[in-house]
Amino acid sequence: MLGTTTTLKVRTPEGVTFEIPLASPFSRCLALAIDVAIVFALAMLLSQVIKILSITTSGIPVLGRLFADFGTGAAIVLQFAVATGYGMATEWLWSGRTVGKRMMKLRVIDERGLSLGLKQVIIRNLFRLIDMLPSTFYLLGGFSCLVTARCQRLGDIAAGTLVIREVEAGPPALGELIGADRNSFASLPHLEARLRQRTTPEEARLVLDAVTRRNELDPESRLELFARLAGHFREIAEFPEEITIGLSDEQYVRNVVETLFRRASV
Amino acid sequence: MPNLAPSAPLRHTRGVILDLDKFIAKERFFWEELAALLGRQDAQPDRRQTLEEAKRFYYLYQRTSSDLVKLNTFAGEAETTRFLERLVARSYSRLHEDGGEKVPFRPWQWFTRTFPATFRRHWISFALSIGTFCIGAGFGAGALKLNYDSKADFIPPQFGHLNEKPSKRVEREEKKDFDAFQGRHEFSAQLMTHNTKVTIMTMVTGFLWGVFTLILLFYNGTLIGVVIYDYLADGQGVFLSAWLLPHGSFELPAIFMGGQAGLIIAHTMFGWGTNLRLRQRFARIRGDLLTLVGGAGLMLIWAGIVESFLSQYHDPQFYPWKIGFGAVQLLGLILYLSLCGRRSARERTPTL
Repeated sequence: MLGTTTTLKVRTPEGVTFEIPLASPFSRCLALAIDVAIVFALAMLLSQVIKILSITTSGIPVLGRLFADFGTGAAIVLQFAVATGYGMATEWLWSGRTVGKRMMKLRVIDERGLSLGLKQVIIRNLFRLIDMLPSTFYLLGGFSCLVTARCQRLGDIAAGTLVIREVEAGPPALGELIGADRNSFASLPHLEARLRQRTTPEEARLVLDAVTRRNELDPESRLELFARLAGHFREIAEFPEEITIGLSDEQYVRNVVETLFRRASV
Repeated sequence: MPNLAPSAPLRHTRGVILDLDKFIAKERFFWEELAALLGRQDAQPDRRQTLEEAKRFYYLYQRTSSDLVKLNTFAGEAETTRFLERLVARSYSRLHEDGGEKVPFRPWQWFTRTFPATFRRHWISFALSIGTFCIGAGFGAGALKLNYDSKADFIPPQFGHLNEKPSKRVEREEKKDFDAFQGRHEFSAQLMTHNTKVTIMTMVTGFLWGVFTLILLFYNGTLIGVVIYDYLADGQGVFLSAWLLPHGSFELPAIFMGGQAGLIIAHTMFGWGTNLRLRQRFARIRGDLLTLVGGAGLMLIWAGIVESFLSQYHDPQFYPWKIGFGAVQLLGLILYLSLCGRRSARERTPTL
């Protein structure tokens, strides 16, 4: 089991299936560290404000004594409220995101892929007390995250929530991506037709993925991958040397993608 | 990486691969419109859509879902697929969010019906909670009776003042002049936050099959048992009642309610008498847990105020008033939890 599921797969009543990537325990730890630092800073700020008010009013007969006692009591209650309420308030107001989660691009959602409800927000934050155990080391919550398939701490299980990775993606400008204006294969439509005819959808998907994700690869792997892909597509449909001369493997593959995806009809 | 050897069987695919650029160019206006609608909803979550807006939103959601299916079937371009999945996921979440959450919270109805009715619905858990606490109290009192020297072993460091001989403390407290300050509010705030933590902890540890909930209840019972025995044995029963009853009549029932919620969670963990899955069982009790812990929280706030402004003033002439106040408060709480929000016989009878 050991947290092997990396995505939440949702099938809607309309029959559409989509996947939402789950947050890793490591990114959740970083978000938590940021949030703990913020809560600590807020608590310190509160106590400093009370302290300053106490010093300022110390000369005034009744008000001074009031701040020295009642103010300190209020500070204790406020610090407790900040520590308990920070997660609840931010997750509710920002649809499942605390400051730490915003920075790490994480979000809490309902485990069915729906929006978070107020009850869920409160429950998952109350259960933080048990996830923190022993002391404040978060061992119980961390262990639960590691052993549950969808990386849920105990609070997530009780509240029926998941933490996901926010994927910011926009529709790509495909023409720019594959260099439509530089495709030398376009001058040989019969060979392009052969290439399209002999390419399987799986190969098309693979080669397009390789082009769209090429910047994620390290240089050596990128060269090796495009060399293998170019070699494979050269065997499928051989273009004459006069138009492939000087073409790098990567540009060859980009031409293949442009041919497959821009010129074919539905 | 899949096998790309030339010997792999090739399929003829003319007419299956989507013209991705044309497809994106044609559909992106709809996607952008949907993204803008979602952005507006995120920015103004409380804003109600008009019927026309809702219809348009649903149309755009269906169209984008259909685009996602087409893209998955015919093209498989990763980046656009990710974009559409994100868009469909956000729209799906908006469309199917729990309408019940939007029902406005009615404090008066919650106070007069929901809270006491929820409390009564789980009375067995409450009885178990109070029972465990009382066994702990009996154990603490018995242990002190058998060996008075063990008192210091039972008192945790934060309550070090309880190690003092009761009669000495009473003498000292009763001689003090009335002073509204003297660090009492700070002490009360500490107690209030401590008790709230204990109550929440008693609830959430129910997740570990209730074992730690019972241990916490027993432990807190032991502490109270030691204090009660200590004061009674020293002939300070009146002081003890005047000190503890005004705030304890709310504080202790609040902790028992934490235990009650913890035992409800434990019952959910075991799943006795149901074949529902754990997450379904939790979904059923979530509202009740919040009601109980919310009620306990309010009671602890009230107990904190009473402790701050009344319990800590030890003038013997006020003892009868303080004891009377605590007793009336306890009786009122019992009546409220037992009777409030009961449906009349006519309400219970189903009508045709």
